[in-house]
Amino acid sequence: MQIHRVRPSITNRHIIMLESREFQRIREQVVAELEKTTKKPVEVTDDTHIVRDLEIDSLAVMNLTLALEDEFDISMPLERVAEVETVHDLIATVAELIEERAS
Amino acid sequence: MNLLAKFDNLKSRLQALAEVGHNPFQIHFEAIHSATIGILDGRETMLFGTNNYLGLTFDPEAVEASCRAVREQGTGTTGSRVANGSYASHGALEAELATFFGRRHAMVFSTGYQANLGIISTLAGRGDHLILDADSHASIYDGARMGAAEVIRFRHNDPEDLAKRLKRLAGAEGGKLVVVEGIYSMLGDIAPLAELAQAAHENGAALLVDEAHSMGILGAHGRGLAEAVGVEDQVDFVVGTFSKSLGSVGGFCVSDAEDFDLLRLVCRPYMFTASLPPSVIASTRVALARLASDSGLRTRVMANAEHFYTGLHALGFQLGPDVSPVVAVTLETTELAVVFWNALLAAGVYLNLALPPATPTSRPLLRASVSAAHTPAQIDAAIDAYAQVGEQLGVLRVDGRVAAAYAG
Repeated sequence: MQIHRVRPSITNRHIIMLESREFQRIREQVVAELEKTTKKPVEVTDDTHIVRDLEIDSLAVMNLTLALEDEFDISMPLERVAEVETVHDLIATVAELIEERAS
Repeated sequence: MNLLAKFDNLKSRLQALAEVGHNPFQIHFEAIHSATIGILDGRETMLFGTNNYLGLTFDPEAVEASCRAVREQGTGTTGSRVANGSYASHGALEAELATFFGRRHAMVFSTGYQANLGIISTLAGRGDHLILDADSHASIYDGARMGAAEVIRFRHNDPEDLAKRLKRLAGAEGGKLVVVEGIYSMLGDIAPLAELAQAAHENGAALLVDEAHSMGILGAHGRGLAEAVGVEDQVDFVVGTFSKSLGSVGGFCVSDAEDFDLLRLVCRPYMFTASLPPSVIASTRVALARLASDSGLRTRVMANAEHFYTGLHALGFQLGPDVSPVVAVTLETTELAVVFWNALLAAGVYLNLALPPATPTSRPLLRASVSAAHTPAQIDAAIDAYAQVGEQLGVLRVDGRVAAAYAG
């Protein structure tokens, strides 16, 4: 039987990566995609709530997911996307999937 | 604490709808007279929102078989097939479905929704990958959620996008199942199935095709899109429903997969629900035989679809990309769509109103379904109603050309 490691909650993950240049690059690209997706002229910060603050509907979330998958050459399973609430969550998830792909 | 408070937003949207007229999601017909006529508010209304593609709900032989089954076998089975046992007719229908599709195995479910829920959640388990078309029906998404597989989506009807996503999963352990539909229920658009099948098989994935809206419509024998494009041998699982072209209720899956019958003991939406009553099985068997033997039904429904699609297209309405029995007009705003839908109802035409986010484009749809039972005169009357309402609401210009604001 396959053993699945239990992931810590999104907000506690990847704190260690926050300083790295790689993380900053991911952050910039994710924020750029979000700014392309939202019609609201708001400043996107780590704490921005994606659905509520950016008024992105489920269709736009899907398109955003597809765009991020292609940009970073990763697969983003639906359940991982469903866990995402804030911009930080999204950046952490993308970073984590890139890391998982490399491992 | 009010558990329903989380739906306050929905409540206010419904109240806004009620102010315009009928609630499009709670229509009650006082009577149904035929496959194409119902009574609403005491008036005869043409039914263009039924998915009754072959018009078999009033097929005299099917009705008679159903009545006879009730008299001879009672009103219900009162339990699941696993716990209470099957009736002879359940097995007979499964054998007939397998024969019709030229497959070794068939499994009948109590609804089409449960067929997708059960088959998808059971085939793709923990450690497997499900790769879904992004515009998949709710039953496919719910099946994906019920199972424990990792779910990846690809861009709607885009074989290259599917191939790209499958290549990313090349090193992944476990099985891969690609799920697509033949005709998509909202816009009536048709999948590029040959290319999708090639992408799936070149990348080591199994393929499931939901032919709910294409069985009885496409293919020389009515077996659906896979037959029409000649790729049945590349489709590992076909899911379908009885509640559209077969005029009853229920769903099924057919396959050549070895040990397919094991699914009967692990598939929860099959095991833990009551089986279909004998009357439903009886009418479905008659309808399947009729579908298989009467190619005139397919000719008629597609001719009617062409008639309706061409008529609305000539008026300037924005339609889906393919001619199929699902004919959907895209409108710009929900407010306009709700008023348009009510005006069509007042003109004696009933169809489905689909509002975002339940539409693939974030825009509202007036979704009609055409039946083999519609007469050319009924279709002309419906087109006239669309034209009149379209002009009244400024969607169409009076001279028949598309209003500038709408075209933009």
